Amino acid sequence: MTNPFSTEAAGLQGRHTSERLFKLSGLAAIIFAIGFLAVMVGSIAWTGSGALRESVIQLTVDLGPDNVDPSDVDGASYRTIVRDALKASFPDVKSRKDRRKLYGLLSPDAALELKQYVRDNPDAVGQVVNVWLLASDDADIYLKGGVDTSLEESQRKFSDAEVSWVDSLTESGQTKRQFNKRFFTNGDSREPELAGILSSLVGSALTLVICFLISFPMGVGAAIYLEEFAKKNRWSEFVEVNINNLAAVPSIVFGLLGLAIFLNFFGLPRSSPLVGGMVLALMTLPTIIIASRASLRAVPPSIREAALGIGASRIQTTFHHVTPLALPGMLTGAIVGMARALGETAPLLMIGMVAFIADVPKGFLDSATALPVQIFLWADAPQRGFLEKTSAAIIVLLLFLVLMNLLAVVLRRKFERRF
Amino acid sequence: MLNNSVESEQKMSEFEKTLDENGPIIQAKGVEVYYGEKQALFGIDIDFQKHQVTSLIGPSGCGKSTFLRCINRMNDLVDIARVEGQVIIENQDIYSKDVDVVALRAHVGMVFQKPNPFPKSIYDNVAYGPRIHKTVTSKDEMDYVVEHSLKRAGLWDEVKDRLQEQGTGLSGGQQQRLCIARAIAIEPKVILMDEPCSALDPIATAVVEELIDELRERFTIIIVTHSMQQAARVSQKTAFFHLGNLVEHGDTDQIFTNPQDDRTENYITGRIG
Repeated sequence: MTNPFSTEAAGLQGRHTSERLFKLSGLAAIIFAIGFLAVMVGSIAWTGSGALRESVIQLTVDLGPDNVDPSDVDGASYRTIVRDALKASFPDVKSRKDRRKLYGLLSPDAALELKQYVRDNPDAVGQVVNVWLLASDDADIYLKGGVDTSLEESQRKFSDAEVSWVDSLTESGQTKRQFNKRFFTNGDSREPELAGILSSLVGSALTLVICFLISFPMGVGAAIYLEEFAKKNRWSEFVEVNINNLAAVPSIVFGLLGLAIFLNFFGLPRSSPLVGGMVLALMTLPTIIIASRASLRAVPPSIREAALGIGASRIQTTFHHVTPLALPGMLTGAIVGMARALGETAPLLMIGMVAFIADVPKGFLDSATALPVQIFLWADAPQRGFLEKTSAAIIVLLLFLVLMNLLAVVLRRKFERRF
Repeated sequence: MLNNSVESEQKMSEFEKTLDENGPIIQAKGVEVYYGEKQALFGIDIDFQKHQVTSLIGPSGCGKSTFLRCINRMNDLVDIARVEGQVIIENQDIYSKDVDVVALRAHVGMVFQKPNPFPKSIYDNVAYGPRIHKTVTSKDEMDYVVEHSLKRAGLWDEVKDRLQEQGTGLSGGQQQRLCIARAIAIEPKVILMDEPCSALDPIATAVVEELIDELRERFTIIIVTHSMQQAARVSQKTAFFHLGNLVEHGDTDQIFTNPQDDRTENYITGRIG
C-alpha cells in the first residue's frame, strides 16, 4: 500500500528544488544589493564625516598699541599680526621659503577671523591674547591623520618641517578640532577649509521653487485636460505616446533645449535659477503628467457620475470632486519628480550653472549653482581637502532626497483613499 | 449657459400648469442607441405617466440601463455612444440643440446602482446640488432644504446628530438613501434609478422600496431592476426589454399575470434570463 500523498511522489522533488533555487537566488540578489548600498553609503559617510570637523590652531597674538590702533581697529594689518605670532612661536624658522611654509599652516582667512574676533571683543585691544585660528587644508588633513609620514618627503605635499611644527603645536595643546559650522554657512571657495554648501543649497532651492511653480500647475492642468476633457481619439493617443517618450529623453537634451531657447532665443540670464528651474520643469513635466493621470484614473467613475447626475457641469465635477481626490497622488508624483530634478546635473551644466559661485544667490536672476553641480565641481578640484567636502555634500544631497521621498510616502499613506 | 438655464426654468414653470393634468411626462419616440457600429436599442416607443413608478425589467444586456441613461443624457459621457430618435420631457425634446445637459439633469435626477455619496460630509452631500444650481442662497434656507430632503429620504432621524460626518461612513442602505436625498434636494421632476437596491441587503432594500413608494407622490420614478418581485412590489407600470427591443409594457399587474408576449412570459416565469 503506497501513500499517494507521499513526499516521495514522482517529480515532486524536482519541483521543490526549482522553487528553492528561485527563492535562494532572489534572496542572494537582495543581500548583494543591500551590501553594495551599505558599502557605498558607508564609505561616503566615512569620508564625508571628516568635513564636519575643522582643525584650529591656537596662537598668542599681540593686540598692543604697536599693532592695533584702538581708535581704528579695522585699519590694523591683521595679516602681519598673525604672521608675527607664528614667527614668535617658531623663532628658529629663518629662511624666507620656510617662513612662507610656516604661514601656510593657517588658512588665508585667519587674518579676517582675527579681525572679527577683535570686533566682537573690543576689550582685547591692547592686550596679548590667545585665539583659536582656522588651520589650512593641508594642516587639517595632517591633523586628521590623512598624511602618510612613512613616505619619502618628496612624495607628499606636507613636508617634514611642517610635520614637526604641527606636532610641536599639538604637544603644547595648541591644536584642536571643532564642529565645522562654515560648511553650512559659507559659499564655495578656492580654499577647501573655507568651502561650504550654502550657496549651492540656496541655488538648488531657488531652482526647485521655479521648477515646481512651472511644472506642477502645468502638469496637473495637462493631465486633467487629457484625462477628463479630451476626446479619446488618434490625436490624443499620439500626445500620450509622446508624453511617455518625453519622460525617457536624456536630461542633457533638455539642457541643450534650454540653452537654445531660453538663453539664446529669449536671452534670459545665464546661470540663473530661473532658467535652471525652467529646464528642470521641462524634464519633470512628463513625470508629473503621467503620475497625475494615473491618480485621476484611480478616482472611481461613480464619483463623476454622481456629480454629473445631479447636474454639475464637467468643470464643476472635475474641480469639486475628482481633482481633490486625485490631489494626494498628484502631489506624490510631483515630489518624486522634484527629487529627481534636485539630483539632476547635466541639464544645468548646459545652461551655465556650473560656474564658480562663492556668493549666496539672493534672487531668481542671480548667478547660482546647484548642489549636484557643486559636488561635480568639488570632485573635479585638485586639492585633497575637497575630497571630504565632496562626500559631505553628497550626504546632504542624499539626505534631502530621502526626506522628499519620505514626504511623498507619508502623504500617500495619509491621504490615500480606498474605494 | 446661464441664459439657457434661466430659459429652461421659465419653460419648466409654464409646463408646471399644464402638467397637473395627468398626461405623459416623458415620451420616447423611436429611440435607437448605437455603441460604435453595434446597435444597443431598437426603436423604443414608450410613455411614462406622472407620479407613477415604472419598472424596466429584462435580462442582462437587454438595454434597459442604456435606455434609462438616455432620459438624462448620461450616454453623452460615452464617446462612442450615439442616440437617435426623440425623448420628450414635458413637450421638449431633450436631444434638440438648444438643450443643455446641465439644466436637463437638474430636472431629471439619478440614483445609481452602487451607492456613490461624495467623500464629503452628509450635509455637503445633500447641499451640493442646490449649491451649484444656486436654487438656495441663504444658510438657513440650505439648512431647511438639507433637513427636508433627508426627512423625505427617511434618513433624518438616523443622521441628524452627525451631519458633519463623512457620507461614506454610513452603511450601504443609508448611503443609498443619502444619494436619494441628494437627488431630491434639487426638486427634479423625474428620478431615474438604476438598480438602486442591487448592492443592498434585504432589510435595507425594504426600506428603500418603501421610500420609493412615498416619493411617487412628488416625483415620477423610473426604476431599472433585476428583481421581478421588486418590480411587482414598487411599480404601477412595467416595461419588459429583450435584446434591445421593448417587448411589452403596461400595468404591472397585467404584465405579471397576463403577459401578451411569449418572451415576457418566458422571462417572468424564469424560463429565460
